[in-house]
Amino acid sequence: MQVFLQVEGVWKAALNSVIVAGLCMLFSVLLGAPAGYALARFSFRGQTAYRLLIVLTRAFPLAILALPLTVNFIRVGLYDTTLGVALVHTALAFPFAALVSSSLFMGIPRELEEAAWVFGCSRFQAFMKVVLPLALPGLAATAIFAFVISWNEVFAAAVLSVRERTLTAYLLTVLSESPLHFRFAGGFLLIVPSVLFIFAVRKYLFAMWGISNR
Amino acid sequence: MAGILIDRIRKTFGAATALSEISLEIADGEFLALLGPSGCGKTTLLRIIAGLETQTSGRVVIGDRDVSALPPKDRGLAMVFQNYAVFPHMTVFENVAFGLRMQKVDEATIKREVERAAALLHIEPYLERYPAKLSGGQRQRVAVARALAVRPAVLLMDEPLSNLDALLRLEMRSELKGVLQQSGTTTIYVTHDQTEAMGLADRIAVMHGGVIEQIGAPQMIYERPATKFVGGFVGSPPMNFIRMPVEAGRAALDGFAAHCPGSGRDILCGIRPEDMRLAPGGDGLAFRVMVAEPLGSTLLLTGKVQDQLIRVAARPDTGLKAGDTITLEPETRRIVWLDPETGRALGA
Repeated sequence: MQVFLQVEGVWKAALNSVIVAGLCMLFSVLLGAPAGYALARFSFRGQTAYRLLIVLTRAFPLAILALPLTVNFIRVGLYDTTLGVALVHTALAFPFAALVSSSLFMGIPRELEEAAWVFGCSRFQAFMKVVLPLALPGLAATAIFAFVISWNEVFAAAVLSVRERTLTAYLLTVLSESPLHFRFAGGFLLIVPSVLFIFAVRKYLFAMWGISNR
Repeated sequence: MAGILIDRIRKTFGAATALSEISLEIADGEFLALLGPSGCGKTTLLRIIAGLETQTSGRVVIGDRDVSALPPKDRGLAMVFQNYAVFPHMTVFENVAFGLRMQKVDEATIKREVERAAALLHIEPYLERYPAKLSGGQRQRVAVARALAVRPAVLLMDEPLSNLDALLRLEMRSELKGVLQQSGTTTIYVTHDQTEAMGLADRIAVMHGGVIEQIGAPQMIYERPATKFVGGFVGSPPMNFIRMPVEAGRAALDGFAAHCPGSGRDILCGIRPEDMRLAPGGDGLAFRVMVAEPLGSTLLLTGKVQDQLIRVAARPDTGLKAGDTITLEPETRRIVWLDPETGRALGA
């Protein structure tokens, strides 16, 4: 393990992974939660279509998208940056974030918001003071899932970066030519955060279901 | 404190009309109940007054201010919801203080007002608890306290007691009446429970199919219903409507006859179950008992006069049972005569 950690590039890759996963988490929640709120509270034309569209983003295999994405990213200057990888991961995590948060917001009774309006809140204040605190545990769970999705993703990370590799992409390239104990160490390092997050999330998941069951 | 003027409010949902041109005036400090069956538009009307729903046309005036286009927060009112809508992530104190905090009132006033409202509704012991730890009745008290804490000009209540069990409802009803009389707040109270409306309100507006059928004092609504619907909806058991043929200004059926208004060939005789006397051997309606239900204070008889189903509230000690035939004598001055075609009351 010690040896593994001292191998050049491991720390940097791990740090990249954290940055990418963090950004992915941030974007998914910032974009997904409002989308989910809109889906839950307002009825608008094409709502079902929009819902379907969100799921559809997961329908295209990344392998097909990878080449045009790479080309475009090179053109815009996002290629081989942590931001670029984070954006792709956000695209992967967003549908999940939007749909989960929409059911989350749906579980919060409308009357609570209406009560807030009657007692002097604007729409935005009511959201901040009443809806958000109630949705927070669920949103936290959503965020952590987004983090884990990004952390575990290999393909896009491998294709879209050369030097700024995430841990998974780094290990993918190094592992095939390394000794067995080195591979095990890499595998272990990969599952650590996921395991930690599942433990952290467990409590929030129950809280989330508690709200929707009320 | 303020009166409310509802001026030709109309609301349509697509092709469906929920409210058709409702006009209503509520005096300062008055307690008005909107009474009607589900789907009659009473909750829609309340939500329009609150600003939670937008009217298709018409105006809402509170005090001297036209609030038709204002958002709920600027209308100066408070509301109690059917499912309480107490904020689960705040303590009872914070719940009651919510409206005052939004008005940016200073801390000392908040504390004083919250304590006043809490004392009014006897929830002082729970101020530091979270709503999840309270029973339904206690949550209801919190919801009412939250509404009263802001000293609203107008208080709106949407079936606040319907989620409580029967005994608690009775207790809360009398308590609510006392509290609201004390505070003198103009109140609009939506309910489908006619005993609640009768017991609480200064005036009742009976709604049906998006229109107000009748508006008046509870006793007036009960004794002199303006339409067949009102008579059948208010009162438990409901009013009886017996169809009688008319000849030369007199309605007659079996051995019963009475002067009646109107000029049709038939007339509906509206009579409350408790307004019919049993008259053994006398002149009157021959009534065949089909079901006898002892209700404690009365004996409820269901049966037929000729082929028309009616109910009679008799004294519990009469010992009548299914299969008996008796003679009924309606109290003539308590009869409401109605047009059988339109269902509207005649003469009066």
